[in-house]
Amino acid sequence: MSLEQLTYIFVVGSFFIYIAIAFWSRASSTREFYVAGGGVTPLANGMATAADWMSAASFISLAGIISFAGYDASGYIMGWTGGYVLLALLLAPYLRKFGKFTVPDFVGDRYYSNVARIVAVICVMFISFTYISGQMRGTGIVFSRFLQVEIDTGIMIGMAVVFVYAVLGGMKGITYTQVAQYCVMIFAFTVPALFLTFSMTGHLLPQTGLGATLDNGLPVLDHLDGLVTELGFASFTQGSKSSIDMFFITAALMFGTAGLPHVIVRFFTVPRVRDARISAAWALVFIAVLYSSIPAVAAFGRINLIETVNGADNKGTPYEQMPQWFKKWENAGLIAWYDHNADGRTQYAAGDAFTGRQHKPIYWGASDDKVARNFYFNQRHVINPSSGEFDPQIQPFANEIYVDPDIMVLANPEIAELPDWVIALIAAGAMAAALSTAAGLLLVIATSVSHDLLKKTIRPNITDRQELLAARAAAMVAVLVAGYLGMNPPDYVAAVVALAFGLACASFFPAIIMGIFYQRMNKYGAISGMLVGLLSTIGYIVYFKFMGGEPEDWLLGISPEGFGALGMVLNFIVAYLVAHLTPEPPKHIQQIVQDIRVPRNSGSAYY
Amino acid sequence: MNQNTDMAQRYWRRNLQIIFSYLVIWFVVSFGCGILFVDELNQFNLFGFKLGYWFANQGSILVFSILTIGYAVRMNRLDNEFDVHE
Repeated sequence: MSLEQLTYIFVVGSFFIYIAIAFWSRASSTREFYVAGGGVTPLANGMATAADWMSAASFISLAGIISFAGYDASGYIMGWTGGYVLLALLLAPYLRKFGKFTVPDFVGDRYYSNVARIVAVICVMFISFTYISGQMRGTGIVFSRFLQVEIDTGIMIGMAVVFVYAVLGGMKGITYTQVAQYCVMIFAFTVPALFLTFSMTGHLLPQTGLGATLDNGLPVLDHLDGLVTELGFASFTQGSKSSIDMFFITAALMFGTAGLPHVIVRFFTVPRVRDARISAAWALVFIAVLYSSIPAVAAFGRINLIETVNGADNKGTPYEQMPQWFKKWENAGLIAWYDHNADGRTQYAAGDAFTGRQHKPIYWGASDDKVARNFYFNQRHVINPSSGEFDPQIQPFANEIYVDPDIMVLANPEIAELPDWVIALIAAGAMAAALSTAAGLLLVIATSVSHDLLKKTIRPNITDRQELLAARAAAMVAVLVAGYLGMNPPDYVAAVVALAFGLACASFFPAIIMGIFYQRMNKYGAISGMLVGLLSTIGYIVYFKFMGGEPEDWLLGISPEGFGALGMVLNFIVAYLVAHLTPEPPKHIQQIVQDIRVPRNSGSAYY
Repeated sequence: MNQNTDMAQRYWRRNLQIIFSYLVIWFVVSFGCGILFVDELNQFNLFGFKLGYWFANQGSILVFSILTIGYAVRMNRLDNEFDVHE
């Protein structure tokens, strides 16, 4: 059976499973649609949370980012796992005890104000739509890479699948599909990682294999450090970012993670407060399985790439001797080669092989165009090579290679010479990662519209049936908008994601924390804090990312990615000061705060 | 009622102490060992890793997982102790 057939079977088969699960566990009331009826076991919720959280970016891109950035990318590892400590200790148990349906619900009720609720709804919408467009794009990319369909067609197929199971199943449906999706994605990521580790080091586990000693007597990371510094790159294990910038970026990612509405809402689905604590722990364990093997995949991938391209003698490999995967991904446009020194050998070193925005290769002709092939070696013809100048003090030759970071995960099975079914599995796993996150976000958007805007603000008198209908309609509209955003992604995807984390960090996190831990916090403090956090973060990111602000002018040397953490501090300070100048919250609100701190009677909050 | 409120106060203070001590560990392994003191720790070697790098990319995840599990176990026991469990 061909690879393509296998991939189709795996991907289509997994789609059928997801839809079947959603049909079997479809929602019949708003409570089931919003929080799966509140009856999910901690273990299942942990898996669902892990799938909800780990997106196409975690699955496909993170290993590649770490592979090229080394220690500088540690903020992602620490931030995206450390946020769960905050969730488990500071948020999940109390929000579960509060026991409503959404994050704006908490903000609106605790701060007895529809203004606060609307501010929260706007944040939810912004964060979730930013995120979901990336996920839709992710499904399209997976389709185009593994199944040779157009990205836009892939996005439409992804939309159709999510549409069926999120609209039909609601939270109840997506919870159990996410459990299945977690299993698919963890299997798909771990199997190639284990094989790769074993073939490189003889160790079974990536986590210990990363510290193994290679045949040449050097530990993996020392070997890698030697390789990259010889080629003019920064050391892999030592960073080039300043400590303060690393500190703030990590903090923004960490507190942002804890403030993401689609993750928080998962803790409303378990029956009791103790289950919220346990499922937060499970979620982190399930996430840790994948995240802790990512650095190993990243390091082995980089070593493989360097040794394949530059050859054993570090002089470059003759192009005709390059392995099949190199040529395959070259055809897909994820790798490109321009022979700067015209020696017929591929050479990889520091510097950009191509010019222009993002230094991506621009091809002349399509990948199957025989005429648009380079005269000498029949590789794809590129029209924007860089000058090929280099400093011989720093590196032995000019860089001739462009590598898309995603290649580190996508090409792994081929590099390790694994059977075709493992490659097909990666496709299904990447799809599971993208779909599970998209569904979770979709639901948060739909709930904000039908519950927070419609039921709680505009039309309080609608029945449960009407609200459920509205939720489904909102989900449908959200799928269409998300699909549109996926097909026409905003120009600066990375900058927009920084914005989503920054906003979650600077707006939600402080508002929720003070709502639980600081009884004296009133609506004036909370709203002004949220607005200050929100506006300062948006202003800083927009100025430096979109209006041409220069890095020299960064406040205290903090990059826009890390500013959310400072926005959070501003939020806390302003909220505290304003709350002290204005009347304390009404007695019944203070009673709510007392109530959520004690686990007993959490079920009653619903009725 | 008064006795209940007093009980709830003591339960909450105990909880805050536990949270605080766990967050100190959380801060030390990630922001401390992984970022602020990473260069100093990188002088040491642990099973083939530079220690600072290991904390940033492996150790922190391990400690985070232990912290959340520990907190769940500890608090679920504390709930029973103060008779506020469900």
